[in-house]
Amino acid sequence: MYQYIVKRLLLAVPTLLGAAALVFILMRLIPGDVCVIRLGSGGAHVDPASVNACRESLGLNDPLIIQFFDFIWNYATFNFGNSMWSGHPVVHEIGQRLPVSLQIAVMATVIAILLAIPLGTISALKENTWLDHFVRMFAIAGIATPSFWLGIMSLVLVLDITYLATGKAWMPPITYVSFWEDPIRNLSIVILPAITVGYRYSAVTMRLTRSAMLEVMREDYIRTARSKGLMEQLIVNRHALKNALLPVVTLIGIEFAFLIGGLVVTEQVFNLNGIGKLFVLAVQNQDNVLTQALVMLVVTIFVVTNLVVDLLYAWLDPRIRFS
Amino acid sequence: MSFRTGVWAAGLGLAAAIAAAPAGAQTPKKGGTLTYMISADASPSFDGHRETTFATVHAVAPYYSVLIRVPPDNPASTTEFVCDLCTAMPTPTDGGKTYTFKIREGVKWHDGSPLTAKDVAASWNKIVFPPQGVTSARISYYSMVEKIEAPDDTTVVFRLKKPSAAFLPALADPFTWIYKKEILDKDPKWYEKNIMGSGPFKFVSYQIGQSIKGVRNPDYYHKGQPYLDAIEGIFAAKQSVRVDAIRGDRAAIEFRGMPPSARDELVKEAGKEIVVQDSDWNCGNIITANQKKKPFDDVRVRRALALAIDHWRGAPALSKIAIVRSVGGIVFPGSPLAATKEELQQMAGYWPDIEKSRAEARRLLKEAGAEGLKFELTNRNVDQPYKFVGTWLIGEWKKIGLEVEQKVVPTGPWFQAMRTASFDVVVDANCQSVVNPALDTGKYLPQSVYPESYGGYEDPKSVELYNKMLDATDPKAQRAAMREYEKHTLDTMAHAIVTPYWYRIVPHRSYVKGWKISASHYLNQDLANIWLDK
Repeated sequence: MYQYIVKRLLLAVPTLLGAAALVFILMRLIPGDVCVIRLGSGGAHVDPASVNACRESLGLNDPLIIQFFDFIWNYATFNFGNSMWSGHPVVHEIGQRLPVSLQIAVMATVIAILLAIPLGTISALKENTWLDHFVRMFAIAGIATPSFWLGIMSLVLVLDITYLATGKAWMPPITYVSFWEDPIRNLSIVILPAITVGYRYSAVTMRLTRSAMLEVMREDYIRTARSKGLMEQLIVNRHALKNALLPVVTLIGIEFAFLIGGLVVTEQVFNLNGIGKLFVLAVQNQDNVLTQALVMLVVTIFVVTNLVVDLLYAWLDPRIRFS
Repeated sequence: MSFRTGVWAAGLGLAAAIAAAPAGAQTPKKGGTLTYMISADASPSFDGHRETTFATVHAVAPYYSVLIRVPPDNPASTTEFVCDLCTAMPTPTDGGKTYTFKIREGVKWHDGSPLTAKDVAASWNKIVFPPQGVTSARISYYSMVEKIEAPDDTTVVFRLKKPSAAFLPALADPFTWIYKKEILDKDPKWYEKNIMGSGPFKFVSYQIGQSIKGVRNPDYYHKGQPYLDAIEGIFAAKQSVRVDAIRGDRAAIEFRGMPPSARDELVKEAGKEIVVQDSDWNCGNIITANQKKKPFDDVRVRRALALAIDHWRGAPALSKIAIVRSVGGIVFPGSPLAATKEELQQMAGYWPDIEKSRAEARRLLKEAGAEGLKFELTNRNVDQPYKFVGTWLIGEWKKIGLEVEQKVVPTGPWFQAMRTASFDVVVDANCQSVVNPALDTGKYLPQSVYPESYGGYEDPKSVELYNKMLDATDPKAQRAAMREYEKHTLDTMAHAIVTPYWYRIVPHRSYVKGWKISASHYLNQDLANIWLDK
């Protein structure tokens, strides 16, 4: 098992290198210049000499090949550089924002699991009943509803309900504090975005749980279990659900990894200072250093999550062995 | 003076004072925290000398002093300047070439050390003559400055190469924060990542992309100010977040400006709890045709583009949905050098009879062999007001048979298109701080003279008229010279089309008092005047 983990981690190196090369090339293909944007985005006059001085200080006047090898060498030596836009170390920039995205991703995942697995299972077990139809409608609505709309609507709803109830509109605080600093304030900030994201997430997971359960429930070993006279609850929990969860776990893993960098819209709607917002900002500003670091972070999260998911397979299905 | 005369004088003085006092003027209350929204994701750096964005001013200006500024109680004035760190506005000597400023004594840096004229001179030298490798974004404003000296701890002297009416307005630029000489000497880039000034508030903390916090400076030199105990600026690029924050009273104000729809929404929802301040904005869009491309090298085609536009009906209609309102020429409307309505109506695009104007446009196109011309209008991917203005223009041009496609691109490629002249016609922008027509109008010059002008033309006559306007020191002569320059640029050569000036709308919580709107979102942002009535 340890050998397998080490092998997988070593295989991550070429994956990371490939991603690094790709993002390096793509960022240079986008027209625009971080210095022009930084100095001139306010609309005021920008002196070309100032733009050139800025480019020089950021190493943008160096040949591309030199820039690329600098970038690879810096990563190999764990020097992730400073943001071209703000000048702050990217580790610091990402470090400030990662807890926000991580917390929402974790909370959304918990909400999704709590909703999706029981509802998906019930839906499969009660196939074609009103309950099944209701759960499926709930899931389709979750997939079809854009999260930005749901986010804005939930905020408007909170504002309107509190206004009608108390005469004073209330909205969640718009600056993040950590859970350890102020748990109530923290939860009042993250609960709406977590529900917004968690609902869509649960809808996708719910549909997969349902179809996986339907498939498993028609398997021979379930029929055998039933013929042995086992209790239905035992059959579902011990034999069916565990097997049906294999594809669901894969989906949860991918979705979780995606959420870390993919909460762009939700973070904008709720003014959360997370990784998704930073990603958009970095690309918009042509901040190559920060964009590269963020891509590498997301790739790393995907690699690690996939590894964790693969290891979970063995726990869920003892027949699976890694070597 | 007899007793009787004295009583009369005192009575008249009192009456005058009462008459002069604004209706409903209140005594400022001390205390409280102002939470305000900054409509950006983050400030690129803390260094005002380097940056040009309002995101830097709105976040960092409260921590710094400047030498002179627009009057905080009347920031809408386009001609008045007052001292901040100096003791009195100087009268120029040496035929208008020398300005001597006396610096306040007893001013302290936030670290407790004394601020002297040496700090002021060092800061201005960094702005006007930046050392190698240091970026100064406004260096071109100060081309008339020859030397800046501090002969002693309370005197700063600016020596100019020639007298210039543009000097004082340029000196009042709100980005020209005064830094500590000792720090600049050690590291001229220190202020990019750190804040240490002498302004009304002391810096407390900054969370990148989230918020910046400060507390009252008890040693502030404007007695009694600031009124607030603390300030917190919250970054939020998304408009709905900012509107909801003010609606839910999570924030009291956003200083840049909101579109009419947001104002109406807030007023409808919060009624008397919202106060709206509005003003013409020293920002505008300039429509520039690429004269390196055919047929835009033909003045008849460019004039036709201008003649097709109905400013007088378009501006009020657009103002209902976009942040634009006033029709103007090259100069900020209402300022002393601006064209009157009658003067504007003499130029292409401003004719009072739009049918006659469009008939002339069609005639010119036919004469130039450009009937039914198809081209691309490159625009910035910013809703307000860029895309609204672009869409309006396309409708106007359609009325003379032109077929125009709007190409909307992000900020980077937008700049790239202009700099590499890879556009047909572009929606450019001209956004300034202090109204300073002599410098604000440079964007209409050939690119070889003014690098941020993208029309791709050479026009010695334009440069000659501009210099004539710049050199004029008598206001009447300068106004006449400006008319010549404007007529040549917008009418004779049709180098550019000026779309309606932006209109700044700032809805805020009614408990925010003391802040007054100005012609620019860069001005009057040290927040020292603000107090909370709650």
